[in-house]
Amino acid sequence: MDPVNAKKLRQELRTWLESNWDPNASLIQWRTKLTESGWGMPTWPTQWFGKDLPQALNPIVEEEFARINAVTVARTGIRLLAAATILEHGNDDQKSRYLPRILTGEDTWCQLFSEPGSGSDLAGAITRADFDGNHWIVNGQKVWTTSAHHADHGLLLARTNWDAPKHDGLSYFVIDMHQPGVSVHPLKQMNGHASFNQVFFTDAVVAPENQVDRIGNGWKVAMTTLMHERRSADALRTVHRDHDLTGRIYDEERDETATVMEPYKWYPQRAGRADLVFERASEMGKMDDAIVRQAIAELMIKVRTAEWTARRARAAQQQGRPQGPEGSLGKLAASHVARQASKVHTMISGSDSMLEGEDGPLAGLIAEILVSVPATSIAGGTDEIQRNIIAERVLGMPKEPRMDTGPFRDVMKNPGPAA
Amino acid sequence: MQFTFNEEQDQLRATAQKFLADKSPTTEVRRIMATRQGYDAAVWTQLSGELGFTATHIPEAYGGLGLSYAELGIVFEEMGRSLLCAPFFATALAATAVMNVATESEKSELLPDIATGNRIATFAVFETAGKWDSDSIRLSAKNNQLNGIKRYVLDGHIADLLIVVARTNNGNETDSIGFFLVDGNAPGLTRRVVNTIDATRKLSELEFVDVTARRLGGDDDQAARLADTLDLAAIGLANEMVGGAQRLVDETVKYAVERIQFGRAIGSFQAIKHKCADMLLDVEMAKSAAYYAAAAAESHDPELPALASLAKASASEAYMRIAAECIQIHGGIGFTWDNDTHLWFKRAKSSEVFFGDPSYHKEQLITRWQH
Repeated sequence: MDPVNAKKLRQELRTWLESNWDPNASLIQWRTKLTESGWGMPTWPTQWFGKDLPQALNPIVEEEFARINAVTVARTGIRLLAAATILEHGNDDQKSRYLPRILTGEDTWCQLFSEPGSGSDLAGAITRADFDGNHWIVNGQKVWTTSAHHADHGLLLARTNWDAPKHDGLSYFVIDMHQPGVSVHPLKQMNGHASFNQVFFTDAVVAPENQVDRIGNGWKVAMTTLMHERRSADALRTVHRDHDLTGRIYDEERDETATVMEPYKWYPQRAGRADLVFERASEMGKMDDAIVRQAIAELMIKVRTAEWTARRARAAQQQGRPQGPEGSLGKLAASHVARQASKVHTMISGSDSMLEGEDGPLAGLIAEILVSVPATSIAGGTDEIQRNIIAERVLGMPKEPRMDTGPFRDVMKNPGPAA
Repeated sequence: MQFTFNEEQDQLRATAQKFLADKSPTTEVRRIMATRQGYDAAVWTQLSGELGFTATHIPEAYGGLGLSYAELGIVFEEMGRSLLCAPFFATALAATAVMNVATESEKSELLPDIATGNRIATFAVFETAGKWDSDSIRLSAKNNQLNGIKRYVLDGHIADLLIVVARTNNGNETDSIGFFLVDGNAPGLTRRVVNTIDATRKLSELEFVDVTARRLGGDDDQAARLADTLDLAAIGLANEMVGGAQRLVDETVKYAVERIQFGRAIGSFQAIKHKCADMLLDVEMAKSAAYYAAAAAESHDPELPALASLAKASASEAYMRIAAECIQIHGGIGFTWDNDTHLWFKRAKSSEVFFGDPSYHKEQLITRWQH
């Protein structure tokens, strides 16, 4: 990093913040100003609400915002995935229509990729979009859609050609969620929460100008979205703000965060809550049980080695070293941690493991762990898919022979709407 | 805490790798493991005198290179990868023991010869199967005369210097633990090489009958020093083990990609791929623990005893699982003597229990965290 540049950048931003930052402004007023100035997404192109800032200088901007607790552009939910995708694949009209309202937080977005018939195999989507001469008409069903019930727009992956090979028959659209052909229903999970939705399309309409990139290139566009999803998976749930900050803008930001975070409130439990284990074991008088002690040790070994492995991956990345295999292993390690934690909590709680809610240990928290952990090894790519990725991309092992080549119409599928 | 290796450390690894690839191919491992001596004197001279590996963690004041346990860990790891047959682990551990207990003048006397590799040394501590702590030590020291038995002594049959842990009783009311220096050829000392599953690593049983010894580091109880030394031994061994485990992962993947059954490489079957992915996960997690513990040893992390147990338990289980899967994926050929896999399998087995088996270290981990 060029120290002169860094200093100049910091000074320039400080001056701008001093004359513009106002904790008593409304969230939208402030973010509108921020978006127009380019300081909201400084690494984006100057032409599109950015400042062409090199990624390496971005930490300075983050520091300056954090220094005075200035609110940033809207980053929560899948907004930034939508923004990154449109920035890379959208046309100028789409960029100017959608990007500002994403950054101000005025519009909420959802991602319409997974279907009942295609989870791990996302490219097997059978939700269809047919052009009737004026519009794209969408029919089908999506699932596991966070925030669909209050989303304004959806990122839709749909099949537009059934005769092309699987990956080449998909197209990418922005669909208006407020229309009669779109119906959103909560999806209740085995842990009783309903953090996601099922979305049904019955002759829903997409205007031709809302087609992103060219027809048949949808898989490539979806990969851009997914790449950003992986990158921001951690950032998604880390909006922290001191409680004692006062000002209209903080109240509005807190409301926004609470809405976005609502679906994720059980996520700590699905990771296994290893942090509770020692206290629970002491409370329940299990710290003298040699078998429980062995199981706790196994859990803590998994917890610590997973953490250190993640730090090795980050350290290598920060030093610009080629990423070693350690970067691909975190998800699998997290599954092992969650399963072992669930096992240990069961050993500690004994018969109380049968009880939930007010009757259960820690007012139902332990029960929530036990019935949420199975999600860890499925969500965001099953352990089996992770193992394939590790074996093929990290270890360089050969792929399985494919059964899904040729026209998609002829590929074996789950029962569902006919082609 | 640093989570990557620096350029000098990468260079050290590259040097060790190149040397060991040249000097310790499996043909050499097989030749040397069949000898009673268990090492090649010319290779020993090169790795100690020329490359200075034996001097790695010994301070410069005593003729060493003054590097850290992280660097020693790298050397161990590469030796584990290549299955080098040499009294390196024994000598490095004896140096650690001396560094932990000896007086300045004793260090000045003993360490330079160890650093140059002129004298092979070892650390004799264990006596009872399944006991790895100071409570189990019975060998007695009275008026600097040792009587008793030491078992599982690494390279004990060839060591010039033995650092022996004994229970002292000089007429005091309570026993205490002391470190003693014994000459390898001392009268009254009988050394017997025992038959080991892992022929690449020679173990001896030592019988002491009125053997004259010299107390190191004064007369105070050295039980805490023993615990420190055993922690560092566990960390060193964990680093050696992850090197061997990584080698097996590499060999397994290579074989799975080459081996054809049912008209395709067996590595294209998910049943095999998934095992390989799990093996990689195992070895990387164990590496993280071994590296972290080695770095912690240098920074005198108060958590060190727990970290040592964590690293050893993690490496023991990972290495053994990987060794078993490596044979499994090789199929029939993996069970033959001619295939090299069993060499590492046996090292994994002996390392699993050496300096504490996984159950012992898991129990230690919890005990140590509770304090």
